[in-house]
This record gives sequence, C-alpha cells and structure tokens, in this order.
Amino acid sequence: MRTPNRTPDAALLRDAAAIAAAMIAVGASFGAITIAYALPLWLPFAMSTLVFAGGAQFLAVGLFAAGNPIAAIVAGLLLNARHLPFGLAVSATIGPRLRDRLIGSHLMTDEVVAFTLRETDPVRRRRTYWLIGITLFTSWNAGTALGVLLGGVTGDPAQLGLDAAFPAGLIALILPSLRDRSTRAVALTGAALAVLLTPVLPAGMPVLCALLGLLVLFVPRFRSGLRTPAPAAASDATPAADPGLASGSAPGSASSSASAAAAAPGSAPVSLGGEA
Amino acid sequence: MIIAAIVVLAVGTYAMRLSGVLLRERLELSEPVQRLLPMAAASLLAALAATATLMEGAAFAGYARPAGVAIGAVLAWRRAPFVVVVLAAALSAALLRLAGIE
Repeated sequence: MRTPNRTPDAALLRDAAAIAAAMIAVGASFGAITIAYALPLWLPFAMSTLVFAGGAQFLAVGLFAAGNPIAAIVAGLLLNARHLPFGLAVSATIGPRLRDRLIGSHLMTDEVVAFTLRETDPVRRRRTYWLIGITLFTSWNAGTALGVLLGGVTGDPAQLGLDAAFPAGLIALILPSLRDRSTRAVALTGAALAVLLTPVLPAGMPVLCALLGLLVLFVPRFRSGLRTPAPAAASDATPAADPGLASGSAPGSASSSASAAAAAPGSAPVSLGGEA
Repeated sequence: MIIAAIVVLAVGTYAMRLSGVLLRERLELSEPVQRLLPMAAASLLAALAATATLMEGAAFAGYARPAGVAIGAVLAWRRAPFVVVVLAAALSAALLRLAGIE
C-alpha cells in the first residue's frame, strides 16, 4: 500500500505472490478435506476449476459429505450471489470485449475485486484484475492438487493462522476505499449488519444484507459521496499520498472514531452495532 | 447426483458473475447510482472481512483469530505492505493458539 510509484508492478507482483502462497495453503486444505470426507478424487478438481469460489466450495463439500447435495447448491449459490454486484462494479475494468468478459467473469473473486478497487488508474485496474485473477485461479488449483496428494498431512489451516490472514488481507485492500467518508459509513454499517445477522440467517444472506448499508446515504451528512462530483468513489484516496484524510472527509470526531473502528475490526462491528 | 450438483453450482455461480458484468451497460445508471457500485462492493467486502473475522458458522470465532486480524488491520492502517499485514495476522493468530488461547 505504501509502495513507491516508480515500481508499481514489482509491488503488485509481490502482493500477488503473497496472496498466491496463502491460496495454495487454503486450497491444499480444501483438497485434503475432500479426501478426509472420502469424496471422489475428481470432485475437488472439478469444484476448484468450475466453481472457483473458496467459501462456497468448503460449504458445499461439507453438505455433500452429509449427503445433502440440494442444500449444497442452495447454500453455495446464496453465498455466491454477491458476485452479481461485484460484476457491476468491475465490468468497466474487464472491458467491452466478449472474450474478456466470458473469461474475466470466471476469474472474479472477493480478493480480485478488492485488489482491483484499490487501484485508481483504469490501466492499472485492468492489469491488476487479470494478474491477480489468473494468479489466484492457478494457485487455488495448484493448492487443491497438493491437498489431494498430501491428504491428511496438510493439517488445519487455522494452525497456521490462515483464517486470520484472509480477513486481514481483505481489510488491507479495502482500507483505501474507506478513506472516503461516505464509503466508510456504508461499509462499516454493512459489516455491522452482517455480523449481527450471522447467527440468525443462513450462510450467504448476512453478507448480502451488507448492501443495506447503502441506506446510510439517506443520512444527510453521508450524502456528499453521491452529490459531489468526486472522482470514482472507491478511489479518491491515492495509495501513496497523504496519510491524512481524503478531500471529502472532515477531520472531526466522527471520522476519527470511524478510523479507529476500521483499524480494530475485532471490536468495531460490535461497537458500531449500537450506533447503527 | 453429486456431479449434477457441482454442475448446477458452477453454472449458477458463473451466471451470477457474468450477469453483473453484462448487465452493467444495459442499465442506464445515473451518475449518483454509478457511484454506488464501488460502495456496494466495498460494503460486501467489509462484511465478508468482518464476518470471517468474528464468526465461525453462527457462533463467535474465539479470540485468536480476531486478535490476529486486528494486528494485521493496525499494520494496514499504518500503511504496512500487504505481505506484512497478511503474515503478521497469520503469525499472531498461530502464536496465540500455540499459547493455548483459542
């Protein structure tokens, strides 16, 4: 994030390598789990290439193993419904060519979208989308194969702390967007709603309910994100530039408490829940 | 039966991915609504991060994971490189578990 502008591609490659390493490890645990569940050997490969959505894959194999393929379909599709709004957001980045759209759509994951929205320049966005997309597809499938080969040896990803690595990586990627005051209000409200609804709604629904966070834009003080012709809302904080606040946000108590909240997600959604 | 389920899941997932990409230009979105799209994506990603940090299934995920994520998030806030954020989060969660803190 603090990467010097002169070597943007080296920085991007380094980030891609980091996320690839994590994907190989988690992919391996996915492959190993399918073996542990005694599911057919082709299954992890078919899922990692054709479905290519980590969360839905873990959820679905659990339900397959429990003998409930219908539930696997319903839960998996519910979990993946967020890709529709993601597609709306990255459509311009993927570009107008049909071939790019057909292939680029399949590469769409949370991490790709997060990496892409971090960039401001359209050319860099496009490069980032394809580089990260192809990297993740390759590393996820390599990891899956590794997990199938190694079987039980790969162990629990939690022991390596990988369950903490992914949310932390996502937070790092969306932080530049959160420097925009309206986006921050929407995202923190959405995150709080999702956490609060997780115990009561089926998997996938709580994250979709985060879209209701957009309703805070009806609150007059957060409306500026829509009215002022600021450059693309997700991108008005330049990655390298000023550590202060982006032009749109007032350095008042509200925004500094929101910054503190964003920096400590362990407690943030809970404390924000009271406000929301 | 499983193979049919995987095909349905794969086709459905792909359809949702592609439809957003294709719908974008068919929808004549006004300028303010266009600005909602990256906000919507940021909100979904923030919700994913928050639920993945705090929840395991429908229950609280325990302390090691949120603590690791918090350390990573503070580093991200201090503009540490992405690699450092991810490694620090994983390492601190793993060390906490090693120390017996779940």
